[in-house]
Amino acid sequence: MTFALHAEWTKLRTSPGTLALLVVVVAGTVGVSAAAAACSGPGCGADLPKLSLTGVQLGQAVVAILAVLVMGNEYSSGMVKVTLTAVPRRSRVLAAKAVVVAAVVAVAAAVAVAGSLIVGRLLLPTHDLVLRPAVGSVLYLVLVGLLSLGTATAVRNPAAAISVVLTLLYALPIVTGVVTDPAWQKHLQQIGPASAGLAAQATTGDLVIGPWKGLGVLALWAFGALLAGGAVLKRRDA
Amino acid sequence: MNAFAKTLRAEWTKFRTVRGWVIGTVTAAGVIMALGLLPGLQGSCGKHGPGSECVLPVGPGGEEVTDSFAFVHQPLAGDGSITVRVTALTGLLPGPNPDEPRPGVVPWAKAGLIVKAGTGQGSSYAAVMVTGDHGVRMQHDYTHDIAGSPSAVTATAPRWLRLTRTGDTVTGAESVDGSSWTTVGIARPAGLPATVEVGLFVTSPQYAEEVNESLMSGAMGGPSQATGTFDHLAPQGGWTGAAWQRDSIGASSNGPAIRDSGFVRDGDVFRVTGSGDIAPAVPGAAGTGASVTQTLVGTFVGLIVVVVVGAMFVTAEYRRGLIRTTLTASPGRIRVLAAKAVVVGAVTFAAGLIAAAVVVVLGQRVLRSNGVYVHPASTPAELRIVAGTAALLAVAAILALGLGSLLRRSVTAVTTAVVVIVLPYLLAMTVLPTDAAQWLLRVSPAAAFALQQAAPEYPQVANLYTPPNGYFPLPPWAGFAVLAGWTALALGAAAVMLRRRDA
Repeated sequence: MTFALHAEWTKLRTSPGTLALLVVVVAGTVGVSAAAAACSGPGCGADLPKLSLTGVQLGQAVVAILAVLVMGNEYSSGMVKVTLTAVPRRSRVLAAKAVVVAAVVAVAAAVAVAGSLIVGRLLLPTHDLVLRPAVGSVLYLVLVGLLSLGTATAVRNPAAAISVVLTLLYALPIVTGVVTDPAWQKHLQQIGPASAGLAAQATTGDLVIGPWKGLGVLALWAFGALLAGGAVLKRRDA
Repeated sequence: MNAFAKTLRAEWTKFRTVRGWVIGTVTAAGVIMALGLLPGLQGSCGKHGPGSECVLPVGPGGEEVTDSFAFVHQPLAGDGSITVRVTALTGLLPGPNPDEPRPGVVPWAKAGLIVKAGTGQGSSYAAVMVTGDHGVRMQHDYTHDIAGSPSAVTATAPRWLRLTRTGDTVTGAESVDGSSWTTVGIARPAGLPATVEVGLFVTSPQYAEEVNESLMSGAMGGPSQATGTFDHLAPQGGWTGAAWQRDSIGASSNGPAIRDSGFVRDGDVFRVTGSGDIAPAVPGAAGTGASVTQTLVGTFVGLIVVVVVGAMFVTAEYRRGLIRTTLTASPGRIRVLAAKAVVVGAVTFAAGLIAAAVVVVLGQRVLRSNGVYVHPASTPAELRIVAGTAALLAVAAILALGLGSLLRRSVTAVTTAVVVIVLPYLLAMTVLPTDAAQWLLRVSPAAAFALQQAAPEYPQVANLYTPPNGYFPLPPWAGFAVLAGWTALALGAAAVMLRRRDA
């Protein structure tokens, strides 16, 4: 496993674009958070810790690209054959990739969230610094990364994988928004990966799902995607 | 066959023979139709037997209107005028606890004089009034609004109002002392009969405020009521007063008021309490029902699929090395890009047109059969929404094509396209406060969603004109121009880079 981990880390470290994507995760998250924090008006004062973390909405897309490419690049370059020759246990390859993705995303997300909080501190009226939204956002981005990795492994085509992930993250909340039947809307919000996971950011209002439970729902999504990816990886020819 | 036609044919062949792209386009249309036709919304109109159907009164201009107010009136024939002094406008707003309304006046609470064709809802009228926060106004036939002096009415600064009927015209005037009068406006209400109902009216529209908590921003509110205090009520000119009758026009149609509309007469002083509005009916937080815009929610999901197809239409060539064959076969690189844009745009436009037409025609029926009140849009507006949705999808696909040609890698191109087109719309619809949301929908490619706005905005109707309620900050074609501008920019950059770079 150590060797597999080392191999995956080397691949990620040396592939072009990884660093750029990580910089975009941080810059995009902080930038959008700053833009949201700079707003002024009656609606701006509602949930300040959450408002200062708005950038996660953009950061998650970049995290998804990064994680999709970790698997997608193997297939588009044919590298996967070499990888599986070197590490014949296929589940181990996926596990190693998952660990590396989670670690890298966690570091980038921690920097991005810290930056957003600092910007929010400077731009927004004084508010208590709450730990849970911050930690929750980092975990959220890590889980989005794992969900994307699992999806990319299951779907193989990187473009198809990214569109599946982005549909889950972005389209589902919009569809949920127009369902007016309150019971249905609540259920959809409880099971949607983005709406449930981002419950970790909220500090006011009555939530449809508890913050940690919401992250649990997202974790189930990520775990499900990784399981599906693992099954496909095992069964099909590379 | 000239060179461009040949390139076009080659690109069309590529598009139709790649199964994924065809499936993608069909899926986009399918998702738009499925989300438009699936019964996501439920309402109560017509669900409780006969009599529970939702029918809005129709105004003289053919538009749907809200017409409910407290009316103290008498029929008067021929020409004449009526004068009154308004000494106070107070009211009640819904509080956090529904049983305990708090004192306050909504900005568009109205109290004043009205000349109306009859007591039927939707009949034509002309009125001069004081409002909660918008000064003196002269309004007629629901959609017309003229501003008078901007100051509010207080006990120390009462306001005199006068309406004068001369044939087909009604003139509204105001005064601070009852002797020197200023004309506010002259109206020609449609088809005013010889004998009109003349008198005092008070009304107060739905109160709505934006809330921004938890995951979704939204609106809360409820009915409000206003009480106008009048004295020195006097018909003049050809009109001579008889007994005043009291009516609640349209009492049940706008939901229950906080309290019953009331009427107290104390000698010369009239105290009239009313709730409702005399205005065009608007969908949204302060109004009732949904608009056609809401049936097209699937556009958003369809857009993601269309963007993926558009980006991959060019990135797949780079991935497989086909681009070299393509550029050998037709060395005019700009021509290749143009042919690709035409093919992906035309295919997406056709798919979007079919999907939007089906949703706009059938989706409204599904919603109505589910008991949701859907505001009918005019035929030109419906045509604009259908063609606009198709154009939005087609141009977004071309934007994605440009980005794909610039970035060459499908994942980056797809994500960039989704982030610039889809994410602004998502943020505006869900998490952002209204100011930020409207700014975003002015500058980002998502501005083109304005093409889907079905209901017009009326400055004189209190409502939350926010994106989640189906109101966009830009007019439809301006919003589309923003998307077209970004697309032109991306295609231009793609054309320059395509010529400069090696394939």
